[in-house]
Amino acid sequence: MLTTDYDPACLPDLLPLYYRRLFPYSQYFRWLSYGGVSKNYFQNREFSFTLKDDIYVRYQSFSTQSDLEKEMQKMNPYKIDIGAVYSHRPSQHNTVKSGTFQALEKELVFDIDMTDYDDVRSCCSAADICSKCWTLMTIAIRILDRALREDFGFHHLLWVYSGRRGVHCWVCDEAARKLSVAARSAVAEYLSLVKGGEETVKKVVLSDPIHPFISQSLHVVEHYFPQYALVEQDLLGSKASVDKVLSLLPEDILYELLNTYQTEKNPVKRWEHLRSAAHQKRTTSKKGAQYFDKEIMLQYCYPRLDVNVSKGVNHLLKSPFSVHPKTGRISVPIDLKNLDKFDPFEVPTISLICEELDKPLANEEEDIKDKENETEPGERRRIRDYKQTSLAKYVKLFDHFLDAMGRSRKGEMLKKSDLQKEF
Amino acid sequence: MSPRDNTWLRLARFFVGDRTGKIIMQFLGRKKKVTLNQQNELYGHCLQFYCQPPLENISLNEFEGFAVDRLKLLKTVENLGVSYVKTSEEYKTKLHTEFSNLGFPHKVGADESSSNKNQAGSTEYEKRRKDHISHFILRLAYCQTEDLRRWFIQQEMDLFRYRFSELKSQYKTDFLHKNNLKYDTISDEEKTNLKDQLINSSFSVSGTTVAEQDFYKVPFQDALDLVRTRKVFLKAGYAYIPHQDIVTIVLNDFRTRLSKALALTARSLPAVQSDERLQPLLNHLSHAYVGQDYSIQKNVGKVSLEQIDQLSAKSFPLCMRQLHKALRENHHLRHGGRMQYGLFLKGIGLTLDQALQFWRSEFVKGKVDTDKFDKAYAYSIRHMFGKEGKRTDYTPYSCMKVILSNPPSQGDYHGCPFRHSDPELLKQKLQSYKLSPGGIVQILDLVKGMHYQLACQKYFELTHNIDDAGFSLNHPNQYFIESQKFLGGGKEVKKEAEIPQKGQENTASNVPSVPPSRQRTTTQAVDDMGDLDSYFLDE
Ligand code: SF4
Repeated sequence: MLTTDYDPACLPDLLPLYYRRLFPYSQYFRWLSYGGVSKNYFQNREFSFTLKDDIYVRYQSFSTQSDLEKEMQKMNPYKIDIGAVYSHRPSQHNTVKSGTFQALEKELVFDIDMTDYDDVRSCCSAADICSKCWTLMTIAIRILDRALREDFGFHHLLWVYSGRRGVHCWVCDEAARKLSVAARSAVAEYLSLVKGGEETVKKVVLSDPIHPFISQSLHVVEHYFPQYALVEQDLLGSKASVDKVLSLLPEDILYELLNTYQTEKNPVKRWEHLRSAAHQKRTTSKKGAQYFDKEIMLQYCYPRLDVNVSKGVNHLLKSPFSVHPKTGRISVPIDLKNLDKFDPFEVPTISLICEELDKPLANEEEDIKDKENETEPGERRRIRDYKQTSLAKYVKLFDHFLDAMGRSRKGEMLKKSDLQKEF
Repeated sequence: MSPRDNTWLRLARFFVGDRTGKIIMQFLGRKKKVTLNQQNELYGHCLQFYCQPPLENISLNEFEGFAVDRLKLLKTVENLGVSYVKTSEEYKTKLHTEFSNLGFPHKVGADESSSNKNQAGSTEYEKRRKDHISHFILRLAYCQTEDLRRWFIQQEMDLFRYRFSELKSQYKTDFLHKNNLKYDTISDEEKTNLKDQLINSSFSVSGTTVAEQDFYKVPFQDALDLVRTRKVFLKAGYAYIPHQDIVTIVLNDFRTRLSKALALTARSLPAVQSDERLQPLLNHLSHAYVGQDYSIQKNVGKVSLEQIDQLSAKSFPLCMRQLHKALRENHHLRHGGRMQYGLFLKGIGLTLDQALQFWRSEFVKGKVDTDKFDKAYAYSIRHMFGKEGKRTDYTPYSCMKVILSNPPSQGDYHGCPFRHSDPELLKQKLQSYKLSPGGIVQILDLVKGMHYQLACQKYFELTHNIDDAGFSLNHPNQYFIESQKFLGGGKEVKKEAEIPQKGQENTASNVPSVPPSRQRTTTQAVDDMGDLDSYFLDE
């Protein structure tokens, strides 16, 4: 196993190699063309590049896959962002009459960033993450993925590791891409439970009846909570964090628990006390909703979305397979079938995969040649190249995702033409 | 009688762009007054979707009067929407009063036969006609820009929601029939299968009522208000809406139609603009909604950077004081905070150079170096001053905007402290600012009743040691100007020059509604265009 450490200083040397031999252009192009159903869908898409020294170039657009390849190999962007599909080619946005250049469509996107959880994790803060707090991302993905599929009826969700401390979700269904700003913000608000900024202590308040969406989300949280919060984060261990939890409780319960906690030191038992206190209050109180145990779980574990990212059609989001300049890790798709095993520290860095390129070839070469003889030589070499690295399994995931989308597009088309026949 | 009483307008010509153009022509052919039959046909229900434009001729005076009254109504709707929960009794009562004061049709009218006179002296027919015509006049004034359209649609929707929900069930059904609105219902079997979910998704549904009531199944995009607030059951992209909430779908229809219609009207606007009698009037009307434009910088350069700390304690409203403190402490603000605070500072008179210097000097004390600042943040500051991008000059946020849009989340300090802080924290903060315990209780009471701006005004009164602020607060920059005026006797920041006719401020906009003595009937003409100012001035 290679143990290449990434050094940001090497990035300028590694990027050309990555963009020349490893970046999965054909899948990327296939993704953003969406079967070529609507005209100029790829051509009118905005890309933006961050170059050396944080130079930021917006409104890039490309007419073909090879156009994109050439430009990326020339510019070697440190970071790539994807924006909206516009009414005109973004590269020509200055030449069209102002007001007519408009963002028309984009995937519905979600951005979850670990820094938004700083008040509820004890292990790290800011940009740091560890395997302990990563559970928060796992929970977030489970909750949102379920809701987007079952509640909103979307099928094509691409979950991507951001490369550093968070995850992104790209909802690629046609209906999602066509959503209005108002609809996007409604979806994002439906999915947001944790409310309030630095001036709010209690950020989750539940009321009767508990909406099915919240019950479903609670199932997920309850599954992870004991191990994650009580054991790993030691939520009810240290004085400081106990105080914080208690500050979310009504006064009578607070004093009762303070008393109990004098003698009871075991965090799991402490939580049980809290829960039964909540339960009791719920059955005896006439005041209706008393869900503070649930509220605590949600405040500590429920996904925290950046609503503004999801709202805007023209908001940019870091592209899959872009490199994170600070960590060197590639933004790779996440396999939901093995979500609990996903480890951000195992995601390959650009140094690693570039180094793997220099390894002697494995004996796969023949078999690739057979399969890929219809593709161009350059393309073929690139396929051989990435297959030789740890990037391979992530590209494969991406392929699966694209295949599924292709299949349902075909299904749609069949349905449509059947309908036409009927008339 | 003023000579202008004789000026008549042919309303029909302004709406020729509408698809009903043909009908208009037919009507134009008849010179006679519409017969009773046609009246009933046109105004057969006290509520309408405004599909048919008005076709009659109308005097300029009536035109103005109608427009002004509807604008008052819409302003009331807007103000009440901020101060009260839209379903609360208070909201309904206040709106109801405004309806009768201004002579618009409301639910009582719906129950009366159309010839009954009410207290104000106009028949139900006259009220419906006024509702109809005034709506269309404001379309002319509010179709011109995206912002205006958004505001108009929002208020008209709130108005419609209120009126629809006040209807008796039979009239609701009647309305759906008349307007040909049909929605898919779900089968009994589906209802039984989803019983628990349906019950848990809405306050209005219980075990016993599920079986009896209809549920409508619509794409979730058509019920965004319910989706947003999680008040509806969602499955596979469909919202299952209980009969009580049908107003949501109807409203969605209303919104779609209205925004299409506004786009159409905008296209036929040249006809209106060529009418020099109307142009100034329509402009007045459309300016009324934004209120004072605090981006017009009369004070540019009057504030020095050194003064800001001191000013923030004395003359900033709480929201800005909080942002200022957070910025000084963390040497950073997130996007929402930078926008809210940055535009406010622009509004109090910082120049672009000052603003750049201000933000830079603070940010570099934190994690950002000068170079990074210039690359990542300077752009957005120049943007605020209209020097980059679309070159739109951004307007400082009003209280309404701060309170209603983009609530703060993790790491944010923006928003309105009266709305977005925990009452407990707010209390502590007020204590630390040495407000009297009695004052704090008053403020917290107002907050509890969701009167955030009134709470802020109370805070103003307490910190400035006066009994009555003498203005009604709706903008952080207004707070600042008033405070400066009070503290410096108007010397530091000249306010008089900026907001003319201050005395009339409450006429067009405020809660509580206009006292009857100030009511204008449509026959009392406004003689001079200039007088209109007093009606449209927004505090
Ligand atoms: S009421 Fe207006 S001025 Fe006062 S704190 Fe809130 S937003 Fe600021």
